Amino acid sequence: MVNVLLPVSTIWWREIIRFYRQRSRLLSAIAQPLVFWILIGSGLSASFQPSGQSKETTYIEYFYPGIVVLVLLFTAIFATISVVNERREGFLQGVLIAPVARWSIVLGQALGGTTLALLQGVLLLFLAPLIGIRFGLSSLCLTIGVMVILAFGLTNLGLIIAWRMDSSQGFHAIMNLILIPIWLLSGAFFPSIGAPSWLAWVMKLNPLTYGVTAFRNSLYLDTATINGNMPTLGFSILIISLFCILTYLGATYTASTKTV
Amino acid sequence: MNDKITVENLTHTYGTRCALDNISFTVSRGEIFCLLGPNGSGKTTLFKILSTLMKPTSGNVDILGFDLNTKSKAIRKLLGVVFQHPGLDIKLTVTENLRHHGHLYRLKGKTLKHRISELLEQFGISDRSHDTVEELSGGLRRRVEIAKAMLHSPSVLLLDEPSSGLDVGSRRQLNDSLNSLAITENILILLTTHHLDEADLSTRVGMLDSGRLVTVGTPDELKDVITGNVVLIETTNVDTLSQAIAERFEVSHTLIGNHIYIECEQGHEFVKEVAAAFPNDIRSVRVGKASLEDVFTKLTGNPFV
Repeated sequence: MVNVLLPVSTIWWREIIRFYRQRSRLLSAIAQPLVFWILIGSGLSASFQPSGQSKETTYIEYFYPGIVVLVLLFTAIFATISVVNERREGFLQGVLIAPVARWSIVLGQALGGTTLALLQGVLLLFLAPLIGIRFGLSSLCLTIGVMVILAFGLTNLGLIIAWRMDSSQGFHAIMNLILIPIWLLSGAFFPSIGAPSWLAWVMKLNPLTYGVTAFRNSLYLDTATINGNMPTLGFSILIISLFCILTYLGATYTASTKTV
Repeated sequence: MNDKITVENLTHTYGTRCALDNISFTVSRGEIFCLLGPNGSGKTTLFKILSTLMKPTSGNVDILGFDLNTKSKAIRKLLGVVFQHPGLDIKLTVTENLRHHGHLYRLKGKTLKHRISELLEQFGISDRSHDTVEELSGGLRRRVEIAKAMLHSPSVLLLDEPSSGLDVGSRRQLNDSLNSLAITENILILLTTHHLDEADLSTRVGMLDSGRLVTVGTPDELKDVITGNVVLIETTNVDTLSQAIAERFEVSHTLIGNHIYIECEQGHEFVKEVAAAFPNDIRSVRVGKASLEDVFTKLTGNPFV
């Protein structure tokens, strides 16, 4: 067993070391969402009351879980984009010709991305009390658990794309065309209540909706102010767990079919 | 397990373009086999197939008794590979790169540590072991790459253009390292190159041109194709001068770009006479014993570029 996990752990470890030595990456993944949050959150707080939320919920508070999820998404993207170049010419070629199964390469990469995303997500959790969100230990543990599942799923989604791409420009195009809209339509930016029914349906079919919901619900576990027609916490966790498994299988499959 | 790489009727096509055309050759342990060819001759395609990164369109490859088509996992354990593009993580230190590689091959603990320090010593990079790779020069990086490829004690070492981007001194060091590896460790070394001097130092050379294996042999055997000297005349007017030479001297010639290629027994005498006869038409003249470049030109009718 140790022998099987050795390649996984070494690939994971490399992701962490690389990140530690390029700390500016921390800034790039966190800064943009933070600026979004402060500017858009403060700007809209004065004008909008998110529908389906209690009167006390300001827009900046509503927007907070979405921003944490955006940080997870950004980290997942930044952690996986290197695969594109390294696979064709560089470090990853040496890994590909080693006697290591593709599932373990993908697992190492995904765990690396997950760890980095979690690290940055937890950093953002420290901001929650500033906007009046109070949570106890059980809520904190559950929130972190949800973040782990979500980060793992998003990193694998990034890997599925990265293993297919021949250039990092292609990855950026996919990010703008697919990943950002998935995030916009996840209830991170606006609730589905009050949205036109076609849009509400799109949001219902979007797996990230359940990610944002699970995160939001676990964050408010102790205060229980969630209402509206949101999926339950249990159901949301079930959906994102499935998302997690499917994206991992998808990434492993993609990596197995790709050579150079 | 046997001691050979056997390639039989290997063909690879990209769409309609044929990159490798029915190639066959054999390499044994202890040899340094060099695939020599200009850019686009199919070297890298052949390299990718041998290193298990790509499946060939047709043909058989047997590496030390394992069929490449069905036993690629077993083969991977036996291969040490140095790619043309740098394969080190520049953000990691030399030791970290080696340790990462060792873990992929299931080496760990004291065994791995011992093996790493052994190789650092062997390749003369012990004093740089804690530097990140981005701090190293090109020549040193190459040495780390080879040390990395040798870490799991492979039986076969494959190197794709190992000397590209290296200065003359580093290239010589590289050749010395490879020679001592072939002799002391009795491993099979197969490398691709477009540097003729590097091919000259190999045990045997296979010449590739447009996907075809033109010839295989030791550098001396190959040069025996050409008896006497080779004279290469550079001129501004190939047609007129070659015709004039043909009328005046009894030699056959080949035209290559703005060069006239001539083989003759007494090259130096011939050059003297030609230079005296056509003093204004000649830009430069090279005369000497046949080089691998001349052999390539003779066999393919193409200049080696």
